[in-house]
Amino acid sequence: MEDARTILATHNLCRDFHGFRAVNAVDLAVEEGTVHALVGPNGAGKTTLFNLLTGFLPPTAGGIRFAGTDITRLPPERIARLGVARSFQVTSLFAQMAVREHVELALQARSREKEGRRFWRSERLMRRFEAPAMDVLAEVGLAGLATRPAGSLPYGQKRALELALALALEPRLLLLDEPTAGMGLEDVDRTVALIARIRSGRTVVMVEHNMTVVGTLADTVTVLQRGEVLVTGPYRQVRQDPRVVEAYLGADVA
Amino acid sequence: MTSFLQQLFNGLVSGSFYALLALGLAVIFGMLRVVNFAHGALYMLGAFGAVVLGDDAGLGFWWALLLVPAALAVAGMAMERLLVQRLTALDPLYNFLLTFGIALVCQDLLRMKYGSHSRPYDRAPFGGTVDLGLFDYPRYQVFVLAVSVVVCVAVWLLLTRTRIGTVVRASTERPELTRAFGIDTRRWVTPVFGFGVALAGLAGVLAAPMRAVNSDMGADLIITVFAVVVIGGLGSVFGSVVAGFAIGMIQALGNLYVPVLSQTSVYLLMAVVLLVRPAGLFGKEEHA
Repeated sequence: MEDARTILATHNLCRDFHGFRAVNAVDLAVEEGTVHALVGPNGAGKTTLFNLLTGFLPPTAGGIRFAGTDITRLPPERIARLGVARSFQVTSLFAQMAVREHVELALQARSREKEGRRFWRSERLMRRFEAPAMDVLAEVGLAGLATRPAGSLPYGQKRALELALALALEPRLLLLDEPTAGMGLEDVDRTVALIARIRSGRTVVMVEHNMTVVGTLADTVTVLQRGEVLVTGPYRQVRQDPRVVEAYLGADVA
Repeated sequence: MTSFLQQLFNGLVSGSFYALLALGLAVIFGMLRVVNFAHGALYMLGAFGAVVLGDDAGLGFWWALLLVPAALAVAGMAMERLLVQRLTALDPLYNFLLTFGIALVCQDLLRMKYGSHSRPYDRAPFGGTVDLGLFDYPRYQVFVLAVSVVVCVAVWLLLTRTRIGTVVRASTERPELTRAFGIDTRRWVTPVFGFGVALAGLAGVLAAPMRAVNSDMGADLIITVFAVVVIGGLGSVFGSVVAGFAIGMIQALGNLYVPVLSQTSVYLLMAVVLLVRPAGLFGKEEHA
């Protein structure tokens, strides 16, 4: 299952909550350079799986490998530093902090230089992250809002800023938890175009409910049901799989 | 007019203690989501530390001002590592009970060893008065006010103008996002707790030359400080300091004009703030 092109692999991954098995024996192999979508009804274990992959939850059993390293029980910050960036399902930003400062903080956290780790140094040091921060903001179309406090942005732009933060970490693997959740049609289109643009040279794993978005972006789709992998394959193939039609797409397709 | 100003100054001096203690509570609550009920006892230990250093080691006030907060910071970090940390994943009520228990143990141990009478501390660094123009004021009290203001401003600058401050504030507001950036938020928890405890110790040492040093001094004071923290906004560093000085002045003026209300005014104010702005004057509601 795991070959040289696999960047992320889980083996028999399980997670229990008080006797309830939310993720059950999941074997996942994500190929480098692809967009891999996780779909499934609510409660299928998608977000739990994300939290396992990023170290926010320890697994009950099983293992996770990223780029040849066992990351099974590493804390979130270590996994992040290995090159895994994530967004959160519920918008997560610093309300009072300016848009550009968010990106600067992500950039300096990412920075391996000595100065980047000297915490007693003045905030002025952040100025050297100003230009690269503006580049990242331009990439997601937020350059004009750099000085606004993040809390004052409309919803669609908050999500765009979250994408910018993930990008600022220059990840090898980008995990997006429902990037279009709660968006109007226009914002969905904009986000799809954005993800299509930033995916080049990166691997993306995304949880997504919107099948149009999945069909447009995903190379591979894994359908989860009750914490287990129902089927994995290319979107067209998965879409026609009788088990999937029955379990999940049923109403849409029939 | 002079008595008004003089009373206002008295208020600023007692506000100095409220502000230092509320600041420590705010910093700890912000980072750990723990309300440290042992804070008053740690203040008391700070004052006793100064007395004991003086009586047993012959060390003067300046030594106490240096050594006691440092020693309490170490004790605070040990307390966080060995006890508080084990309970942070549970309901906040557990740490409420733990820190309250620590406060009672500290008080009773001190009472066992030194009795419940007040201990004299006569190593004030300077006596006499300063001429403030309209009235003379004890030099030491002016010094206390100056130290408190300088420390509060320094902490404010540390939190808002340095990278360590940015990281601490980020960890406070969005621990998960901060960790997703690759920043280890946990390595700041223990030092921040120790720092908050050191502030309580500092307030205790400053209190020794001008307040009665006994095992109950912290318990008496901390109730007002909790009211200060609620009024300023739980976890708001700025609010705690502002409310600390404001409450000190309100109490002092109450003493002068409406003596009946001087003790209850704080709690009345707290009740009003809770009704109108439940998150406190400078607190943030729990959403972004």
